[in-house]
Amino acid sequence: MGRTLAEKVWQAHVVRHAEGEPDLLYIDLHLVHEVTSPQAFDGLRAAGRTVRRPDLTLATEDHNVPTLDIDKPITDPISRAQLEALRVNCAEFGVPLYSLGDTEQGIVHVVGPQLGLTQPGMTVVCGDSHTSTHGAFGALAFGIGTSEVEHVLATQTLPLKPFKTMAITVEGELPAGVSAKDVTLAVIAKIGTGGGQGYVLEYRGSAIRSLSMEGRMTLCNMSIEAGARAGMVAPDSTTYDYLKGRDRAPQGALWDEAVAYWSSLPSDDDAIFDAEVFIDAATLSPFVTWGTNPGQGLPLSSVVPSPADASNEVDRVAIERALEYMDLTPGTPLRQIPIDTVFVGSCTNGRIEDLRAVADVLRGRRVADSVRMLVVPGSVRVRLQAESEGLGEVFTAAGAEWRQAGCSMCLAMNPDKLAPGERSASTSNRNFEGRQGPGGRTHLVSPAVAAAIAVAGHLASPSDLA
Amino acid sequence: MEQFITHVGTAAPLRRSNVDTDQIIPAEFLKRISRHGFEDGLFAAWRKDPDFILNQPQFQGVSILVAGPDFGTGSSREHAVWALQDFGFKVVLASRFADIFRGNSGKGGLLTAQVPQDVIEALWLIIEADPATEVVVDLQARQVRAGDLVADFEVDDYVRWRLMEGLDDIGITLQSAVQINEFEDSRPAFLPVTI
Ligand code: SF4
Repeated sequence: MGRTLAEKVWQAHVVRHAEGEPDLLYIDLHLVHEVTSPQAFDGLRAAGRTVRRPDLTLATEDHNVPTLDIDKPITDPISRAQLEALRVNCAEFGVPLYSLGDTEQGIVHVVGPQLGLTQPGMTVVCGDSHTSTHGAFGALAFGIGTSEVEHVLATQTLPLKPFKTMAITVEGELPAGVSAKDVTLAVIAKIGTGGGQGYVLEYRGSAIRSLSMEGRMTLCNMSIEAGARAGMVAPDSTTYDYLKGRDRAPQGALWDEAVAYWSSLPSDDDAIFDAEVFIDAATLSPFVTWGTNPGQGLPLSSVVPSPADASNEVDRVAIERALEYMDLTPGTPLRQIPIDTVFVGSCTNGRIEDLRAVADVLRGRRVADSVRMLVVPGSVRVRLQAESEGLGEVFTAAGAEWRQAGCSMCLAMNPDKLAPGERSASTSNRNFEGRQGPGGRTHLVSPAVAAAIAVAGHLASPSDLA
Repeated sequence: MEQFITHVGTAAPLRRSNVDTDQIIPAEFLKRISRHGFEDGLFAAWRKDPDFILNQPQFQGVSILVAGPDFGTGSSREHAVWALQDFGFKVVLASRFADIFRGNSGKGGLLTAQVPQDVIEALWLIIEADPATEVVVDLQARQVRAGDLVADFEVDDYVRWRLMEGLDDIGITLQSAVQINEFEDSRPAFLPVTI
C-alpha cells in the first residue's frame, strides 16, 4: 500500500519501535525561543545533563522583544528576565543564539526557513504551536511542551504516537485577490477549530501547488488553528527554487543527493488518508473573522451572523458570546465594521511577500486618520530586504509605523498591544479574547486586505479602494 | 528522578471537588523562568484564608493530599505538578483525576493514586480525627494504609513501573542510547546544522 508524505517522513525518523509503546522519533531541527525554554534548561541543569546536539538546535529572541528602541534596555522585568535567561542558557549549553540586534534575529518560524535550515523530509520541533509553519517544505513540524523541549535538548528524540492523516485538496485557480490567508481561514471555517485534532493535514491540489513558499508557510502555520498537530505541503520545484543557494541548504553533489531524496517524499498515488476534505478554489474570496476564534470567519461580502442561524445550542451560545465580546450586531455588513488598529506581521504573514502585498496597496495612498497601522517584519532580514526594495518608505509615506522584527502585537507580550475596546485588523493567527491586549478585539485578515482596511478605516478589500 | 516504592507520611484532607489547575497554581506564577520555587504559588488564592487546611498548624509538613473528585481539571500547565511537589507533596489521592494532569504527574514523579470516593471519605475522617496518623502509600502492593484502613488504589502500569524504577522520560529514552547513536550515524550528509 502507498504511503503519505507524513508517513514517509515519520518512518524515516523512527529510532526505536516496540509494540504498544510510542515510537522514539529522531528530531532533525530544534528551534528554541525565550518563553518556553527556561524551565527546560533548568531541568537539564538540575539533572546534570547536557544538550546532545547543539548543532541541530537554534535559538532566537522573538516573543518578548520590543520593536522600537531596540538598542535601549528592555523595561518590562519579565521580558528582560526571559531574554537574559535565554542568553545565559545558550552560552552555558553551547546553543547558537540570534539575539536582539543580530542581523539574523527574528521570529523563530521566519528565521529557520530563510536560512534554508528547514528542508523537505525533516522533523522540526519548537516549544511553540506555530511550528507547523515549517511543514510548507514537506517537513514534519510540530509544537511541543516545555518538558518535551527538555527531552529533545537532552536526547534529540521524542517518544510519540503516530498521527492520523487528513488530505485537504484545493483544486482550481484562486480568484484574483485571494491569498493563502484567505484559503486557510476558509478551511478552518469549514472544518472548525477542532476539525484537525489528532491529524497531520496535507494540503494538496492545483491551487496549493500554485502557491509560493511564503503562501504555503501561511497555510501550514494556521493548521494548528484547525486543531491539527501539523500541516504539510509536498516538496516540488517551488520548494527547491526557494531553498537553492540559501545559507544552510546543501550544495554541489549533496544538493543533487538531497533533491533525489526529496523527490521521493510526495504521497504515493495509492496512499490512503484517514480523512479527506475538498474545496473548490473558484468559490473562495477574501475572508475575515468576525468572532473570537479563527473558525469564526466569513467572506468579506457577508454580514455579521446571528445566534439564531446556529444549527445547535453549543454554536448558538458560542456566537452569542463572541458577538458580545466583539461588540457586533447581527446583520451588520462586515464592510461597515470600523477598525482603529491595523497590524501587519507575525509568523503567519510577516515575510517579504506579505510586505510587498501591503506596499502594493499602500503605494500612493494614505492610512486613514482614524487608524494606527503597525508594520512589523518577521525578521531583521525581512526588514532589510523590504528597505532595499523601498517598501519601508512606502509604509512611512502612507502614515504607517515601520517597526523592528519580532512577534509584537501577535500576542502582546511586548509593549505593542491593543487598549481595551480597541478593534484591530490583524494578519496574525489568533483572534482569541484579549490575545492582542486585554479587552482588545481582533479581526484576522490577509496582508492585502489589512492594507485596504488601513486606508478605508473599516473592513474592506483592495478592490473596494478608489 | 527519585525511586518511589513506598511512601510514608502525613496527609491533609482537601474537601473540594473539581480543583482545577488555575486553583492549584494561578496564571500569574507561570511567568517565572525557573522550574523550582513554585511552593508559594500552590493554592495561592485559598492560602490567603488563615483557615485553609494547609494553613492549619496540625497539617504542616504533610506529603499526601487527599482530594475530592476531578482533581487537576483545566489548563494543561505542568506548573501544577511542580507546585505540589515543591510544596512537599509526593502523592495525591482522589477518586478521579483529569487526564492531562495525571499524565503530567506521572512524568514529573508525583503519584496520583485513584481510590473510590468512599475510601476518600474514610481517609478524611481518619486524618481529621488524628492529623498525625501515618499514611502508607505502597506502590509495590498498590495499597494505601492508614489506621485500620487498607485500600487498593489504581495506577497505570507504565507509570507505576517508571516511578518504581525512578525513571523520568529522558532517563527512559537514554536507555536507547545505542539506537540513537546508530540512527545518528546513518543520517544523510545533506542534512543541515545550525553552527
Ligand atoms: S508571531 Fe505570534 S504565533 Fe508566531 S511565534 Fe510569535 S507569538 Fe507565536
